Amino acid sequence: MAMLDRNARSLLLLEIAAGMWLTLKYFFKPKVTINYPYEKGPISPRFRGEHALRRYPNGEERCIACKLCEAICPAQAITIEAEPRDDGSRRTTRYDIDMTKCIYCGFCQEACPVDAIVEGPNFEFATETREELLYDKEKLLVNGDRWESEIAAGLSADAPYR
Amino acid sequence: MPKVTVDGVEIEVPDGVTALQACEMAGKEIPRFCYHERLSVAGNCRMCLVEVSPGPPKPAASCALPINEGMEIKTDTEMVRNARNGVMEFLLINHPLDCPICDQGGECDLQDQAMAYGRDGSRFHEHKRAVKDKHMGPLVKTIMTRCIHCTRCVRFATEIAGVPELGLLGRGEHAEITTYLEKSLDSELSANVIDLCPVGALTSKPYAFVSRPWELERTESIDVLDAVGAAIRVDSRQTEVLRVLPRLNEDVNEEWLGDKSRYACDALTRQRLDRPYVRRDGKLQEASWDEAFAAIADKVKASSGDRIAAIAGDLCDTESMFALKQLMGALGSSNIDCRQDGAKLPAGSRAAYLMNTGIAGLEDTDAVLLVGTNPRWEAPLVNTRLRKAWLQGGAIIASVGPQTDMSYPVDNLGAGPDTLKSIADGLHPFAETLRNAERPAVIVGMGALARDDGAAVLAAVRALADSCNLVRDGWNGFNVLHTAAARVGGLDIGFVPGEGGRDVAGIVSGAGAGEIDMVFLLGADEIDMSGLGDAFVVYQGHHGDAGAHRADVILPGAAYTEKNGTYVNTEGRVQLARQAVQPPGDARGDWAIVRALSGVLGAGLDYVALGDVRAAMVAANPIFDNVDQVTAADWDDFGEPGEMGTDSFESPVDNYYMTDPISRASETMAECTREFVAGDGGRAGTDG
Repeated sequence: MAMLDRNARSLLLLEIAAGMWLTLKYFFKPKVTINYPYEKGPISPRFRGEHALRRYPNGEERCIACKLCEAICPAQAITIEAEPRDDGSRRTTRYDIDMTKCIYCGFCQEACPVDAIVEGPNFEFATETREELLYDKEKLLVNGDRWESEIAAGLSADAPYR
Repeated sequence: MPKVTVDGVEIEVPDGVTALQACEMAGKEIPRFCYHERLSVAGNCRMCLVEVSPGPPKPAASCALPINEGMEIKTDTEMVRNARNGVMEFLLINHPLDCPICDQGGECDLQDQAMAYGRDGSRFHEHKRAVKDKHMGPLVKTIMTRCIHCTRCVRFATEIAGVPELGLLGRGEHAEITTYLEKSLDSELSANVIDLCPVGALTSKPYAFVSRPWELERTESIDVLDAVGAAIRVDSRQTEVLRVLPRLNEDVNEEWLGDKSRYACDALTRQRLDRPYVRRDGKLQEASWDEAFAAIADKVKASSGDRIAAIAGDLCDTESMFALKQLMGALGSSNIDCRQDGAKLPAGSRAAYLMNTGIAGLEDTDAVLLVGTNPRWEAPLVNTRLRKAWLQGGAIIASVGPQTDMSYPVDNLGAGPDTLKSIADGLHPFAETLRNAERPAVIVGMGALARDDGAAVLAAVRALADSCNLVRDGWNGFNVLHTAAARVGGLDIGFVPGEGGRDVAGIVSGAGAGEIDMVFLLGADEIDMSGLGDAFVVYQGHHGDAGAHRADVILPGAAYTEKNGTYVNTEGRVQLARQAVQPPGDARGDWAIVRALSGVLGAGLDYVALGDVRAAMVAANPIFDNVDQVTAADWDDFGEPGEMGTDSFESPVDNYYMTDPISRASETMAECTREFVAGDGGRAGTDG
């Protein structure tokens, strides 16, 4: 009986018809793929992408070299050196993140008391060489300047839940 | 011995202890800010509240509460918890929330105790107060807004350091700690207030913002910048020593440390000799170890044993001196000396060159005669003991020699040897004072011994010790205060001229006269380099100082934080310094360099490891087996009476902050010299 059923389905092309029907249904549904890189999917305000060092609106860098991010980093990807700046304030002379070590856990931005180091929404920072992934303070500050509006928007969107 | 009950456990405590001490003896931890074991009781932070019965039904400050028989103390009741919680809330009202930029962060008493006893949030919505920072000199950075007015620093400056220049002005919210007329804190112990400060109000200026406590690797070691041998903790990160802190050692430094020992560590990365150099065409040029050794071997082969000499410096570990002594012996030379200042100390009699009373023993003295020494600058931690003897025991202290402010009253009897002689002969009234004292002592400094008539001065002091009865049953009041950490170790292994050998003066004059072909300087920088004439000079050491400038071959050695070494302090205590970081570049441990050189010179020492050198040292002198112990010296005969000169005694240290190759290379010490020694100490607070 089972053999008869199978043969009948084959002869009447029922399987291919069912498949074509499914195809036809999806043909009229909205597309789920996007045309990356011209289109991008939505991301959460909590998205943890490329790091950035932020500044205050007056241009002063936020980081105060407390080294809490360095201490909490489970991958030990952050290296900080500090000394008093000419005006006596506590600032970093070196703030390096080894992005090849980073595991994007977000502990650094959780630890930061002044919201200086953040993981921004940028996830497109692939490089051709390994060395380009060793970020220094200058690169991180440039990131902060470039992404400030998105970062600030993300932080304020997430603020009620903290 | 009253009996008290602490949290239901009955214990017996000594008479006169406070409730806080009784709780500690019972193993209960009492939080505190103002109370400190070595300072007087202030009782103003109120953190140590406990419940006591019998007594009024309110919490009592345990640090200021004397114990009575049958007292019942409760340290963990609802009332106590509430009281501590309230005190902590008051303390935090005016304390800024700036832990992330505070250097005390991570090792802060207030942080720790706020976690343990405080509330989780603040109910204070008014304005916090702000206080102007004070200038306290180049070592202590002040952020006075953080101050919680425990007054530990005030009490330290007044009681221990003897410079009553700190004080508390104003009351209540307007209370401020300030220096007298806003001057620098002029004491060589000033940086100890940083350790005492339970919050971040007083922090270390040279170390500001450099590092966090959790980044540091700790190594327990020994200080070598004076002859006290204070216990220190070397905090390093990777290859760099970042700070030096005192460690507890009741017998030596209690828990204090002099500013030089604490802050000269920035020189460990400056002016270092990090590769061998050989002088070619009049210029020092970089070379390999083989080339440097070959250059030495050429000279040694062209010379003979009695035309070779070696001088050991003030910072050398005993192992390297021991190895060098054996090497010189194998080369047939007896021209070796470790007393580069020319001190006339006999190596044979140990009692003649030790502080026999012991550093801690000086506290018990009741009459002290200082001969040619300024302990405040030569050994500040010995000076604190003398101050304690005066402050607590009412000791009478007199001096023959330099007249300086030693932070306690000193009766200056005279300046030179004639006064010393009149005391020794019993003609001076102070001889009577010494004889009548129960525990009298004399302290001889290098200012009296490092002179041409040093041997006669030593004999005169010996005569004084005998005539004034300074050495009695169970008490030896004869003390030599050294200025060099290596000196006692060098004398213990006999790094002195052998039969027919030349001493330092003989070596220098011999080299100048062409009778010595080669001089080996093991970290010796204090001799007169210009007198060495055309001699071939080999300098083994760690800093580019006088010796390295004169040298024909430089062998880069290790500083005290970069090697394991044995040092013997001025009281004869054998102590081990431990390696915290690697020597820079091609530099090597010092005994290993001597060992390698001996191979090239064909005078092979057969040591493989440091343990072998130490075993040989113990075989040569068993005192090296007693690590951290003082081996008491027999009171035997020493001293050759002679004619003393008429020059007055001068202290060998004219600038506390710069006494050796390390502190001379230190930027911080240079700044201290500018501020305290060059007389720029009158800066107003607004300058800082």
